[in-house]
Amino acid sequence: MTVTAHRTGDDRTLPARHQPERPRPRRQSLQARENRWVPVFLAPWIIGFLVFTAGPMVASLVLSFTSYDVISSPEYVGLDNYEQLATDDQALRAMGNTLFYTALHVPLVIVCALGLAMLLQRLGRMSGLFRTLFYLPSMTPPVAIGVLFLLLLNGQTGLINAALSVVGIDGPDWTTDPAWVKPGIVLMSLWSVGTTMVIFFAALQDVPVELQEAAELDGASGWQRFRNVTLPMISGALLFATVINTIASLQLFAEVYTMFFGQQDASVAGDAAQFYVVYLFEQAFKFLHMGYASALAWLLFLVILVITLVQLRLSKRFVYYEGQQ
Amino acid sequence: MLSTTRALGVAGSTLLALVLTGCGGVGGDDSPAAGGGGGDDPAKPSGRLTTSGFGLGDEIATTRVDAFKEAYPDVQLKVNEGAFDPQPFLSAVASGNPPDAVYMDREVLGTYAARGALQPLDDCVDESGIALDDFRQPALDQVTLDDALYGVPEFYDIRTLLINTKALDEAGVDIDQVTTEDWDRLSTLQEDLTEESGGKLSRLGVDPKLPEFLPLWAKANGADLVSEDGRTAQLDDPKVVEALEMTTGLIEDAGGWGKVKAFRDGWDFFGEKNQFASDQVGVVPLEDWYLGVLADVSPDVPLATKPFVGRDGEPVTFATGNAWAIPKGAKNPGAACAFIKTLTDKDTWVEAAKAKAAAAEKDKTPYTGTFTGNEAADEVIFGEVLDPSGNQAIDDAVQVVLDEQDSAFTTPASPAASEIKDAWFEAVNQVLAGKASPQEALSAAQDKAQAAIDKAAE
Repeated sequence: MTVTAHRTGDDRTLPARHQPERPRPRRQSLQARENRWVPVFLAPWIIGFLVFTAGPMVASLVLSFTSYDVISSPEYVGLDNYEQLATDDQALRAMGNTLFYTALHVPLVIVCALGLAMLLQRLGRMSGLFRTLFYLPSMTPPVAIGVLFLLLLNGQTGLINAALSVVGIDGPDWTTDPAWVKPGIVLMSLWSVGTTMVIFFAALQDVPVELQEAAELDGASGWQRFRNVTLPMISGALLFATVINTIASLQLFAEVYTMFFGQQDASVAGDAAQFYVVYLFEQAFKFLHMGYASALAWLLFLVILVITLVQLRLSKRFVYYEGQQ
Repeated sequence: MLSTTRALGVAGSTLLALVLTGCGGVGGDDSPAAGGGGGDDPAKPSGRLTTSGFGLGDEIATTRVDAFKEAYPDVQLKVNEGAFDPQPFLSAVASGNPPDAVYMDREVLGTYAARGALQPLDDCVDESGIALDDFRQPALDQVTLDDALYGVPEFYDIRTLLINTKALDEAGVDIDQVTTEDWDRLSTLQEDLTEESGGKLSRLGVDPKLPEFLPLWAKANGADLVSEDGRTAQLDDPKVVEALEMTTGLIEDAGGWGKVKAFRDGWDFFGEKNQFASDQVGVVPLEDWYLGVLADVSPDVPLATKPFVGRDGEPVTFATGNAWAIPKGAKNPGAACAFIKTLTDKDTWVEAAKAKAAAAEKDKTPYTGTFTGNEAADEVIFGEVLDPSGNQAIDDAVQVVLDEQDSAFTTPASPAASEIKDAWFEAVNQVLAGKASPQEALSAAQDKAQAAIDKAAE
């Protein structure tokens, strides 16, 4: 640091290390000026969050204590909506269906996506092409997926049963037999496995080759290398995929609504296709029970929150983050 | 680093974009430039008029809209095309920015009227001179709640019995034996006409069109699902239970719901290989507009038509359709009223039918007429505009439908119309899925529907 000795008499008598450190005017000024813009650039997100997320959430919490049909003014009803929710068999069935679907869908999509990602990793130069091909279905609009799978899963004329018949299996009535409706929806959900596959593929690329080689030199088998090297190294991605797929599963709506509720002959699959958000939507916009629908929404929010917190808590035992001690 | 001006510009543009992206939907434009309010003279509406729930899909729609534009050049009409969607409609009404006129299914209109989302149209009718006497009374009943009119009907879709004569010939069944009067006979017909191939259905003999046609079968048995005033559910009436037992029995006879529904879902309903052209169905009650589909895509199908009759042998049919209404808070109700009057007026309907007939002639497809809900218009359309197509099956079918018009019934307007329909739909599905008997399912539906009616009436 340079000290100018002739500015004051006192300065001259002090050794340089005792001199008060002078600010670095140019650099700090630049940082200060940049800092001033931080709130400005954050403002769009903050305003968007407050207006389109936090605001509606608070509003729905307030509405959940009212009887509100959207047109008339809301009337305060205390905990009536929550009491009704506690005794609503349909809501319970819808939640049961949703949890059942989630329990099937999430593990299946994780296994399939990881399997595909590992296969892609072995393809070398061709992996880019196949990565794109596998990801493309994820870009299909949910409504189109619903319509497509209504045809594919048709018990009489669908392609899926036609394929099963080739290997001698008499396929079920996926869209009309209540016992097979949810498995059919799980099958449909694999159409969008590409999104999770891309996440895993990126994570697999980051697994250090030297670790694999070291394990191989130590005589580890393929399964041991996968179990003890690959899985720990991608455990962060596994956790992320599990959490987002769980949340998405619990909020499943568009595909199921299109398949089973979009036409006049609604809910032909009986209760089997009654998913929670579909039930919530119908309460809000078909029957105009907006207060009750708000209570339903808050219950779903709490269920998602609890499941996510449990997942994050458990993750501390299983997830490895690079840089951690 | 960005200059101060540029940074502010970027941030400002982003904020502006956020605000602008919040616009849109079905509502009217409340900016001063929009000109809502309709001018000072109610007889000469002006300003901007927005509609929702209506589409300009064919000559029937475009001709009538053009007639309005010609009659009211001072009105700037904006037709927000697309089917009625409750979500944006309710949001628009709640935010005080609704469309000026809305087009919706008559069956759900009572739900919105009871909650105050729609304006009574009695003043509109009186001031604009809408000739209510021209309309079919069951259609008017469907849009009348507590003696106030909330909608002006249009279209009158009735159900008639369509018969695949090829299937009858193959099974050696005489067409005189095909009737909905004798329910035991229907079961025999199901057995005679249903065919399987490789363990799968290849032809469904009699399709009762469940769940949606339960009201028709109940009426054929002498029962209504709801009382005339729409305030009492009658879903557990023994005659309704009997109708559900018989119709679900027909489905069971054909192999069960899973099989039948999956088979039905595979039909090319609107295409050349539809269920009649492909010999996939024997007898089925269907909406009259389907005759137009058949005439268009497969005019040579082996088709016969008979009226749907009750167990007393008298014709009975179920009518549905749409209605125009004016939402609460509409900014230009005067123009909306003029628009509704013009579109549902006898002369406008006749002009639209002429345009449709001309278009059909140009395309060399038969025109099967338009059942408007306006009886006076129907008389001219079927008496003067519609020429025999030369296709005997289609011409006979049109005559059957025309003869059935006076035997149609409608579901009454109810403040809980959606809940009632949902209740009996669920009951039918429970029975079809084998989860409940007709009696159990309809008893549960009765409780649910009545509770919804009582709650809506509070």
